Amino acid sequence: MSTVSVRIPTILRTYTGGESEVKAEGATLREVITDLDANYSGIAARILDDSGKIRRFVNVYVGEEDVRFADGLDTPTPAGTQISIIPAVAGG
Amino acid sequence: MALDAADLGPATSLTCRECGESYELGPRYACEQCFGPLEIAYDFTGVTRASIEAGPRNIWRYRGLLPVPSNVQDTPNTEPGFTRLVRADHLAESLGMQRLWVKDDSGNPTHSFKDRVVAVALAAARELGFKVLACPSTGNLANAVAAAAARAGIRSAVFVPSDLEAQKIITTAVYGGTFVTVRGNYDDVNRLASEIAGEQEDWAFVNVNVRPYYAEGSKTLGYEIAEQLGWRLPDQIVVPVASGSQLTKIDKAFQELIRLGLVEDRPYKVFGAQATGCSPVAAAFKNGHDVVRPVKPDTIAKSLAIGNPADGPYVLDVVRRTGGAVEDVTDAEVVEGIRLLAGTEGIFAETAGGVTVGCLRKLVASGALDPEAETVIINSGDGLKTLDAVAPVARPSAEIAPTLEDFRASGLA
Ligand SMILES: Cc1ncc(COP(=O)(O)O)c(C=O)c1O
Repeated sequence: MSTVSVRIPTILRTYTGGESEVKAEGATLREVITDLDANYSGIAARILDDSGKIRRFVNVYVGEEDVRFADGLDTPTPAGTQISIIPAVAGG
Repeated sequence: MALDAADLGPATSLTCRECGESYELGPRYACEQCFGPLEIAYDFTGVTRASIEAGPRNIWRYRGLLPVPSNVQDTPNTEPGFTRLVRADHLAESLGMQRLWVKDDSGNPTHSFKDRVVAVALAAARELGFKVLACPSTGNLANAVAAAAARAGIRSAVFVPSDLEAQKIITTAVYGGTFVTVRGNYDDVNRLASEIAGEQEDWAFVNVNVRPYYAEGSKTLGYEIAEQLGWRLPDQIVVPVASGSQLTKIDKAFQELIRLGLVEDRPYKVFGAQATGCSPVAAAFKNGHDVVRPVKPDTIAKSLAIGNPADGPYVLDVVRRTGGAVEDVTDAEVVEGIRLLAGTEGIFAETAGGVTVGCLRKLVASGALDPEAETVIINSGDGLKTLDAVAPVARPSAEIAPTLEDFRASGLA
């Protein structure tokens, strides 16, 4: 099992007791989200829609890469990886 | 953050655009249920053509339609807006069109439409108790935020990709705020800004954690076009698309004007314009998709280089609902577009304007856009900010000695 670090956006911090960064286990993003939900019940349903896909206004990064450029929920998450969950933002 | 007695004018609440969940007004920007973008809901009262026309010649004439304090005119801001709507007969003629106007937003204080969104974001951010005005930017927003914060007497913190045009770097740095260049593209800068916004509670990232207020500023483009046409909507409008916020808010403005009875309810078509090197919305439109697949940008139109456009799905909704389209043009066509607008109308646009003119030409040629219908295109930024784009092709006719002989010999008489 690899341990990774997950940055939690403000709107999900009610699930993590205010923590902005938490540890989780898993070899892929899917496993990491499942593990997160085991510790912070309900958080997975915020990130994933009813069909189990990443919600369209959520961006998930493994390291610096948007997972939509990688393998989505199957993106590998080696030990020590930094994962960020970020709401979409407007133009710049 | 304290915001008990926040006066945000006619704004009443925040509503999730995806799932409809409603929230109190405050420093929120994404739905806690589904991450959907939050939009301002309003109770408009007493807004008439006369009340608007009695207002100042800037965006605050529409303050009754914006989430800003009722005394917004009394606090320092950049007072953008009420830019000229130029009748473009020569450009129209060269494209075989009949009635064409350019809404020239290069006339704003920092020479792009971004002064509109920033002015609204600043007014709301102050009211919500934020202390620092911040943003990630493709360039123009950086200019606008740095200038507005300077004028408001507060700190700015601006983050841009390090390979930005030199002119945009200088015209941001001159205002003296905190200004960081980031080794990455705009989407990388955006991610960083979102993470910083989660840490720095009193920083208002105008397009991140103040997004619902910011986005409403673009409505003023729609109001102005209608008012300047004599309280009438155009038949067609062509709008450049990066995140897609400007386009969707112009449509929102037209819808509000119809609902309030300020203009006649008649159909109009909205067209989006992108550079081929960063055209995820055009690709989705052409392929009939509802989902916008992000891309890694590669184009000279850096102000539009957002590979992961947050409002992309809503752009698709608007253009499909109104019978418009999303088109894209190559970098060479962008440069041609800049030269065509400059050479026919004396308006020097930045690359985003070149994209818009290039797409206009393509849309007319393909028949998607009706050459006989009344058309407005947006010029959202100033060519002086992207000189490198046209430098190789915009050259003097000749270099001569200061003698009549040399002038005669040049054959230019
Ligand atoms: C000059 C110019 N035009 C148009 C846009 C597109 O704006 P939006 O992100 O709202 O689609 C931008 C965005 O940065 C811009 O700088």
